[in-house]
Amino acid sequence: MKEKDINLSFLLYNENSILIGWTKIINESTLKEILIYKNKLSKIKSIQNTINAYNSLLIKYKSEIKSFNEEVKNLKGLYKEKVKTQEIKMSKHWKIPVCYGKKYAPDIYLVSKKLKLSSSEIIKLHSSKKYTLYFIGFLPGFIYLGQLDSKLRIPRKQNPSKIYMAGSIGIADYQTGIYPNDSPGGWNIIGNSPLTYFDPFNKAPCFANSGDTIEFYSINEKEYNQTKHLSNNNLNFIKELND
Amino acid sequence: MIKILDPGLYSSIQDLGRLNYEHFGVPISGCMDLQSSSLANKLLNNPKESALIESTQIGPKILFKISTIISITGANMTPSINNKLILMNKAINIKKGDILSFNNSKNGLRCYIAINGGIKSDLILGSRSCFKGISQNIKLKKGDVLKINSLKKRLNSSSKMNISYIYDNKKIISVFKGPEFVYLSEKQKHFFYHQKFTISNENNRMAYKLKEKLKNELNSIITSPVLPGTIQLTPGGEIIILMRDCQVTGGYPRIFQLNKSSINLISQKKTNDLIKFKFI
Repeated sequence: MKEKDINLSFLLYNENSILIGWTKIINESTLKEILIYKNKLSKIKSIQNTINAYNSLLIKYKSEIKSFNEEVKNLKGLYKEKVKTQEIKMSKHWKIPVCYGKKYAPDIYLVSKKLKLSSSEIIKLHSSKKYTLYFIGFLPGFIYLGQLDSKLRIPRKQNPSKIYMAGSIGIADYQTGIYPNDSPGGWNIIGNSPLTYFDPFNKAPCFANSGDTIEFYSINEKEYNQTKHLSNNNLNFIKELND
Repeated sequence: MIKILDPGLYSSIQDLGRLNYEHFGVPISGCMDLQSSSLANKLLNNPKESALIESTQIGPKILFKISTIISITGANMTPSINNKLILMNKAINIKKGDILSFNNSKNGLRCYIAINGGIKSDLILGSRSCFKGISQNIKLKKGDVLKINSLKKRLNSSSKMNISYIYDNKKIISVFKGPEFVYLSEKQKHFFYHQKFTISNENNRMAYKLKEKLKNELNSIITSPVLPGTIQLTPGGEIIILMRDCQVTGGYPRIFQLNKSSINLISQKKTNDLIKFKFI
């Protein structure tokens, strides 16, 4: 049987870690491969944690790696192992309410002017797509969603803003995301969601995982205030909303 | 329990950090100089995950409301009990009512104060390390009262422990080549091999920026994982050493990665200190 060529790069990142790289393109099939592999790795006791981004996976071991070459051999072997369908983790789909009103969208004029789109066109383009949650990074609970409609592509701000309100919905390049807490940031803010997305007191502190899908839907200011009141800073509220 | 009479310049509760939550975007945090903090706990026979106080530049003033045993390691901030100088790197007896105080650090930047049993603050996502958005407090402030875990087995402070620990102020920082090292030109690599670098005044628990810049045309990378110790080169030419509170992913080229002992060394560097890189 012909050996499947592994088109991955392996690098000793530090004494305890190995970085695996896939081809440098952002797409859902690469993410799927990474997540299947990540799931296989979760069964290995010598591994502390694995962290994925768009096209790479960092494996952190509990102890120093004795032989990098040996370990790469093992990793390659594991990669080639067939996966049982039952072992593929089910992804969840989330519907997220967003108020796109001017009050919650400080950058809407900037975006509208640059992209030559009306705010209603921007809202339509943003809320009519199903996004993939690639990974969580930058800040606790900050989800990286892709990919934005090509008409909505706008670079990050030249000068990051000092503070974005918690729940701010941002867009930058091919990505969109939610700022879970008040924080500085550089993406363009076009709306705000009244729910809680990160809770450090919860054992699963982030509501969603890599591989999940998300779509946004528009709510008005009255609904925003009602939802905010009902959600009451509870991470579980979004789960109840989506059940 | 203990009471913070004065927090010093910047003190916080730290331990080994949050080792299993990076995939939620949660930084590892934890003690900057793990070698010094581990020693502080070892001297008291504390479990290795015990939380202690990390102090920067100028140490705190602490009132002990219990009799206990402590140890102080790391930078020398001339620790005193009731204004009498005490030894560092040793288990020290404390009587109820004693006041521990410090001065400005003589060499190094961070010292560690371990207490028998460890500090009993809130355990959030597996750790007591302070971090904004995770722990209630980011740093210690005047009036804070901290609980201490009680240990069933009391350490005899006269127990001998052979510490041949000499404060290490090495300038040589060992680094692995990072994933984007290959994109540097020969001239740029040469710069890193031979240049002496200076710590800028932009240094904290999240990152240390170097004064020297390197003009480059490297492309931004697709957002990728980073670790404490990762050295980034920005489009603006800035060289940034990520430290314990750094974010878990980044879009700047990663040209080097500090080894574990080098992160501890950098943690003790102050503004204007010099370093030189050595390649592993």
